[in-house]
Amino acid sequence: MRESRLSPRDLIVIVAARRLAGRQTCFAGIGLPSAAAILASYVHAPDLYLVFESGVLGPRPASLPLSVADEVLASTAQTIVSVPEMFAYWLQPGRIDVGALGAAQVDRFGNINTTVIGPYDAPKVRLPGAGGAPEIAAACAETLILVEHGPRTLVGALDFTTTVGHGSGPGSRVALGFRGFGPRAVITDLAVLEPDPGTLELTVTALHAGRSPEDVRARTGWSVRFADDIASIPPPTEEEVATLNRLSRRMAAAGRPRT
Amino acid sequence: MAQLKPLAAAVAELVHDGDTVAIEGFSHLVPFAAGHELIRQQRRDLTIVRMVPDVISDQLIGAGCVARLVFSWAGNPGVGSLHRFRDAIERGWPRKLDIEEHTHAGLAARFVAGASGLPFMVLRAYAGTSLIDVTEHVRLIGDPFTGQQVAAIAAINPDVAVIHAQQADRAGNVQLWGIAGVQKEAVLAAGRSLVTVDEIVDELKPVPGGVILPSWVVSMVAHVPGGTYPSYAHGLTTRDDGFYAAWDSIARGRDTFVAWMEEQNLPVAAHA
Repeated sequence: MRESRLSPRDLIVIVAARRLAGRQTCFAGIGLPSAAAILASYVHAPDLYLVFESGVLGPRPASLPLSVADEVLASTAQTIVSVPEMFAYWLQPGRIDVGALGAAQVDRFGNINTTVIGPYDAPKVRLPGAGGAPEIAAACAETLILVEHGPRTLVGALDFTTTVGHGSGPGSRVALGFRGFGPRAVITDLAVLEPDPGTLELTVTALHAGRSPEDVRARTGWSVRFADDIASIPPPTEEEVATLNRLSRRMAAAGRPRT
Repeated sequence: MAQLKPLAAAVAELVHDGDTVAIEGFSHLVPFAAGHELIRQQRRDLTIVRMVPDVISDQLIGAGCVARLVFSWAGNPGVGSLHRFRDAIERGWPRKLDIEEHTHAGLAARFVAGASGLPFMVLRAYAGTSLIDVTEHVRLIGDPFTGQQVAAIAAINPDVAVIHAQQADRAGNVQLWGIAGVQKEAVLAAGRSLVTVDEIVDELKPVPGGVILPSWVVSMVAHVPGGTYPSYAHGLTTRDDGFYAAWDSIARGRDTFVAWMEEQNLPVAAHA
């Protein structure tokens, strides 16, 4: 075990990948989500069919991609379709099992901001924007959100609602005409949060080894609730670490962070 | 029928100040050389329509060519922020940048409507988001058959579309393959089009899964080998990941940006 060498982002990727076991299809955003989906395809879900918004269907990349249009995806794809076809035919009708998304801000109902920090017309920080996330979150049977845990990322109120998770709680998604369940889990480097079955509010259900409820409270932007039984997240295995290291080699060569 | 022309002549003839210009290529086949020619010819007040503004858009914005950007995800893929884009929005340098932003599905649908000669497309999107409050081209409407709520999104018909492809023949028929993004839709939606190509071939051999744009829907083809560098042309060239990483530090400061642009003979607008 070389857990000490793992970054918080690696830990998120490894834990999120486990949740893809037994799933058939995953539509992944770039970065933490794509790393988790690709790691899962090597360790937990050998038949996992990957889908990327660039139009790439069924790639088997031997390394993590630097973008959704990376050659490692395009050259190993089962097929490549146009971007309009990807969103209209493959995503919109609700045929994908899991959407994996990153976020700049997440609120207690799993709604996401990737647009601006501060006012829209005079932003403090202009972020990249929506990309495919709103439709991925609307249409996939469920979504996973991967985010580094901090009071500025898990916030009491979003500065902008780019992507709807559970909206304002029970009934929101049905009223909006969305197909899937919405966020099934938020995976962070401190904990896993899952929607409470009654209120759909994100609730801590598991903690990483060595993390306490106080750690999570101190780094969450709302008064976060805890499930009655808090699970302990098993530490990364040799296989998970070795596989992520192997997949990340090209990333390191390009001078980029591993995930 | 498409005319084969040198890049500078094609840009001079097809793209004018104030035009709405779709520059497409979904992090693949990005038409960098054509974008640089827009900067060299000092086009001004352009509305750039581009789903994924990346480094070429950062260069056009920083050079002062762009008044308005219509987009769905703006970033340096695999690296981080676009610093010139952010500086324009956050601090108005070198000029104020108006924006109109969509989801990928939404902007793709604007192109599809434009290519189809329809006033709008319908999709399941935007409901419940803040995006609908900041975008005038989207309305939630009722399905006339079931009454169910859907989003209508207005067509976009750019003055000109600019793309890069792997090859064309001497008659100006174009072929591209690999990740094809919305290039076909952009060309068909636009009033005029410019395609730069890596290769001019005697005979265009259809590639399985390839996209063909017949000569009669293309205005001009310019032979620009490597015209997509530092992006890539599937099967012909490799992406220069190192340049995308280096762009982060080049573009982070105004001074380093201006110095780099001057080195490349890419003029930057005079600014306050």
